[in-house]
Amino acid sequence: MTRSLAAWLAGIAGAAALVLLPLALNRYGIYILSLWAVMTIAAIGLNLTLGYAGQISLAQGAFVGIGAYAVAILTTSGFPFVVGLAAALAVSFAVGWLLGYPALRVQHHYLAFVTLAFSTLAYLVFRNEEWLTKGIYGIVGVPRPSVLGIATAKPLPFYYLCLGALAVVSFAVWWLVRSPWGRAFVALRENPVRALSLGVDTRRYTLMAFAIGSALGGVAGAFYAPLVEFVDPTPFTLALSLNLLMMVIVGGAGFFLGPFLGALIAVLLPEWLRFMEGWYLIAYAVFVMVLLVISPTGILGILDRHLTARRTRAASQARAAAKPVLNSEAA
Amino acid sequence: MARVLEVSGLRKHFGGIKAVDGVSFHVEEGEILGLIGPNGCGKSTTFNCILGQLAPTDGEVRLDGRVVTGMRPSELNRLGVSRTFQLLQVFPQLSVRENLILAGQEHKGTMLSRLLGPRDAGLTAAADRMIGFFKMSHLAGEKAGGLSYGQQKLLDAAMAFMAGPRLVLLDEPAGGVNLTMLGDLKDRLQAMNREQGATFVVIEHNMDFVMSLCTRVVVMAEGRVLAEGRPEEVRRNPAVIDAYLGH
Ligand SMILES: Nc1ncnc2c1ncn2[C@@H]1O[C@H](COP(=O)(O)OP(=O)(O)OP(=O)(O)O)[C@@H](O)[C@H]1O
Ligand SMILES: [Mg+2]
Repeated sequence: MTRSLAAWLAGIAGAAALVLLPLALNRYGIYILSLWAVMTIAAIGLNLTLGYAGQISLAQGAFVGIGAYAVAILTTSGFPFVVGLAAALAVSFAVGWLLGYPALRVQHHYLAFVTLAFSTLAYLVFRNEEWLTKGIYGIVGVPRPSVLGIATAKPLPFYYLCLGALAVVSFAVWWLVRSPWGRAFVALRENPVRALSLGVDTRRYTLMAFAIGSALGGVAGAFYAPLVEFVDPTPFTLALSLNLLMMVIVGGAGFFLGPFLGALIAVLLPEWLRFMEGWYLIAYAVFVMVLLVISPTGILGILDRHLTARRTRAASQARAAAKPVLNSEAA
Repeated sequence: MARVLEVSGLRKHFGGIKAVDGVSFHVEEGEILGLIGPNGCGKSTTFNCILGQLAPTDGEVRLDGRVVTGMRPSELNRLGVSRTFQLLQVFPQLSVRENLILAGQEHKGTMLSRLLGPRDAGLTAAADRMIGFFKMSHLAGEKAGGLSYGQQKLLDAAMAFMAGPRLVLLDEPAGGVNLTMLGDLKDRLQAMNREQGATFVVIEHNMDFVMSLCTRVVVMAEGRVLAEGRPEEVRRNPAVIDAYLGH
């Protein structure tokens, strides 16, 4: 009970900080924080596919692109933002579902290659299909929406919009991973053969894991477009997919809070390490390598091991206290 | 008595290896059938072909008279057939209780109710009863990966029983389980057999376990059925002694 109370208090403190912090930040700081919220949404999606269901994907960046283009194309053609958001969600869900089919046949690095190929394909579509995407010139002037009559054109209200989206996504995914679906995803990751023999329709759950994870990539893209107000192909190369993968792994794949932390590091570190100029990427790479040697399960993996060890110690102490007779015999 | 399972002319060839080479047998409702034979004679492969983990090269499997050859394992499971594997198959990162809930959750409700309904799919009480039966109550919240081999083996069996199956195929359930727990496992099988009319097929090398548990035994050797009958008959069969028991 005290543990869940502590978790609640930490959650409330975190949420309060996210609401109050931007009041003390300048325009650029608010932009960075908005970017964090958007990237966290995409990383949460990838964490679902990779961390929970165990299906590697190197295409999450492509789905951010799909979502961004959906919103950019539709809102610059006069449709309201919600229509763009719905389209981003629907298209990336459907494409993610299709991308799940190879995962039914191949796993691990083969699956990585398939999704990598898809990522490249999506980039080529963004760049070459000029009739739709305006190619390398990009789509200029993506408008920021009005929500309930409040314009979000200014940085602060737009940040709160992104934060609201993050809150909704977080709640939905929190619910999902605690539901029987979440358990089935983990079973899929840990032992698909056994899961299948227990009646778990692994095909359907695999496709769902891809579709939902990808859809969240699309949602992130839907907010990314009005955040930067200009959409061209360059942000959506393989580098973005790899960056999102890093966020998930550094934070801790399969931990609910992993993407929040991973995205925080990936978005803020370049800012903090600005003084290092070109060396910053090397510093980041060294950090990631050292971290993964110490803890392959990311930062939250370290915390988890620490807590588990403490619980086990407490439990065995309790057992020892309950059975003094047995103990003295053993001694 | 009704035939729950009927296997006819089952073959499974791996390249040149004829792992299963024309196996036919049936399982009657309510019996505990033993499937024995030397290492590598094709027992596990037979299970895998029956349950859809492997596609048989040839032959037919019927469940209640209905052909189910080639059906997917998850569909067969939802028809009330469950199994354990020879090698341990639990979900190490899930707790003991979560392992058992998982084993039951897909048998209730729809995809939608599993998404929006209660997170334990209403199975916590049933899972805890099963845990209690296997004397693992003190381990209910532990991760399955942290259990001893024998405890994981019992959890594995408990998972196969969780959805109240009518036919359970157990591949060497006794391996690595201590004598007391072995007795408990036998009691559990017999109780489920008596009370719920569940039917079992058990692969096992522990002869005492097989002979005291099973009502009928099928003996395999080199991919074929060598003999079949009541335990004491099989025990005396010269061909069986020669191929297997004599060693
Ligand atoms: N996937 C496979 N590919 C190739 N050969 C296989 C495969 N699975 C099993 N075999 C072979 O089929 C034969 C039968 O194996 P199986 O596992 O069915 O034996 P078993 O009766 O269960 O033996 P044990 O009592 O040792 O478990 C063996 O010769 C084995 O090497
Ligand atoms: Mg075997």
